[in-house]
Amino acid sequence: MRGENAMSEILIEARGLKKRYGSTIAVDGIDLTVHRGEIFGLLGPNGAGKTTAILMLLGLTEADEGRISVCGADPMRDPLTVKERVAYLPDMVGFYDNLSARANLRYTGRLAGIAARALDGRIDGALSRVRLDTVADHKVGTYSRGMRQRLGIAEILMKGAQAAILDEPTNGLDPQSTFELLDMIRTLRDDGMAIMLSSHILDRVQAICDRVALFSGGRIAIEGSVRELAAQVLGGGYTLKVDSDMESGALAALLGSVDGVSSVQAEEPGRFRVLALRDVRDAVARAMVNAGAPILRLASVEPSLDEIYRRYFEEINGTAHVTA
Amino acid sequence: MAQRMSRRSGSPWKGCGIVFAKEFSDHLRSPRMLVLEWLILLTGIGAVFMSIQGLRTTTAQDPFLFLRLFTDARESMPSFLAVLSFLIPLMAIGLGFDSINGEFNRRTMSRVLAQPIYRDALLLGKFAGGFATLAVGLVTLWLLIIGLGLLRLGVPPSGEEVARGLVFLCVAVAYGGVWLSVAMLCSVVCRSPATAALSALGAWLLLSLLWPLMGRFIAEIVYPPSELALLLGVQNPQQIELQQMLARLSPSTLFGEAVVGMLQPATRTFGVVFANQVQGAVAGAPLSFSQSLLLVWPQFTGLIAGAIILFAVSYMAFQRQEVRA
Repeated sequence: MRGENAMSEILIEARGLKKRYGSTIAVDGIDLTVHRGEIFGLLGPNGAGKTTAILMLLGLTEADEGRISVCGADPMRDPLTVKERVAYLPDMVGFYDNLSARANLRYTGRLAGIAARALDGRIDGALSRVRLDTVADHKVGTYSRGMRQRLGIAEILMKGAQAAILDEPTNGLDPQSTFELLDMIRTLRDDGMAIMLSSHILDRVQAICDRVALFSGGRIAIEGSVRELAAQVLGGGYTLKVDSDMESGALAALLGSVDGVSSVQAEEPGRFRVLALRDVRDAVARAMVNAGAPILRLASVEPSLDEIYRRYFEEINGTAHVTA
Repeated sequence: MAQRMSRRSGSPWKGCGIVFAKEFSDHLRSPRMLVLEWLILLTGIGAVFMSIQGLRTTTAQDPFLFLRLFTDARESMPSFLAVLSFLIPLMAIGLGFDSINGEFNRRTMSRVLAQPIYRDALLLGKFAGGFATLAVGLVTLWLLIIGLGLLRLGVPPSGEEVARGLVFLCVAVAYGGVWLSVAMLCSVVCRSPATAALSALGAWLLLSLLWPLMGRFIAEIVYPPSELALLLGVQNPQQIELQQMLARLSPSTLFGEAVVGMLQPATRTFGVVFANQVQGAVAGAPLSFSQSLLLVWPQFTGLIAGAIILFAVSYMAFQRQEVRA
């Protein structure tokens, strides 16, 4: 967690953003803010309106309602200023296959208004940071999916943007490339960029997001850090896994009596899942030792976004069924 | 809504030159362009060679011998002009049919538009790139033909012949511009390049081959021939005028008329001629250059206007298009 975020500069801000396509509402009044040096994840299923929201922030699609400020400019009135200050990596980014990586970057770099003298140095620097410097003069047609995605990151680096918006950056990548790419995105944040990324693959992306917003049906359902969401949706921000030989009923009662524990679920005999409001490993261990219960495992598990997401929508749908 | 009405800041031309430079160099290096160039070069030079063979055997009394290089046809070979009127549209469509939808299909459109440029610059740069390629190709061909004529005929062209030839070149480039606009419009409207190419080629076939026939039928329906006209075996004047007006909606007709007016100096009019209008005229006497230019001026401007209107339509269609693929 980055405590200083609350104090730092807001680079992307949207209030009451709305977009209709005919009678369907793609984005239905969302509010969001992204600070400098923060990774903000826009998570949700395909077709939830993530890409539309992103295109509105960039001024590539006009919003029907709402107020947007991106790096101090309004993308509807002043799209060129916004696009000068923000880099964009589209979903399944494409390059000109018949040109080399360097020529591709040179084209967008010149369109971005980078002076010809500075351009080559910046391209070389960017390509070596994403480790494509050895294949910089190969045609992009020979590149793998992961290399193309890295070239997209190089474009962001070359542009020297204040903020970057990445749409489904890990889409179609193998685990190793995903890991590398997320690592590169993390270094962009550490450079002080504001980063907003969208994804429908929750668990891989949660690792690098400082804050996430769950998107559903054109609205932001819940927003906050993963832990905050876990506390809100699952009833506890901390999850423990406890294995013991002790008789199940007695152990469940014992675990439930520990201060701070909000719920205890038996996954199978002798294996428990404990949700707590704070880190209660110490208290649980002490209680078990005092009761003479042998501790076979006591592990803290990161709350999973997947689980939060599933649970959240189960609840929503559940109540919908009841009221219907 | 108030925000919508406000003017956008920044110049719409920013980045236009960069897009132009990239498109131009892409076209010049593309294998597609190479194929088209060779096709035009071989058929064009073939046609000119045949006409030179013919010209050398005929008398050199014609003051516009050089211009006949372009217009003379042998039995087996169409004239250079006929070859061009077919191949220019083909080349223009070949250059433009995937210019916009190709960017969508390669998924480069959103990345390019995320740079600080307006869509105007992209569309205009692409059009200018294709147009420049077309112009370079036609100028090269024109110079080659003139050179070939100089070598084989051994007669230098007169100043007037050069002037007429240059106007012909300008008309040919404008004609290419019309078809390039058609191809760009198809590439904006159709998401698949194959569909765009097919629509553009379809429009070309319709306008060049079928439209003249259709115009005739329509004119006949609107102004049915009178009994007297049927008896004499002539068409009535209104019918001919309507037919001609309809035919001139097709760029091929405009191109044909403009070129004939320029390259055959004896041409006085393209419309119906009444007996009182040719009173006092010396049959077969050539018009002066300026009079020929006046004659073809409406056709020439018509071609340019057509290209601009089609470009404006594709511009509007492109501005309304969603960026997401």
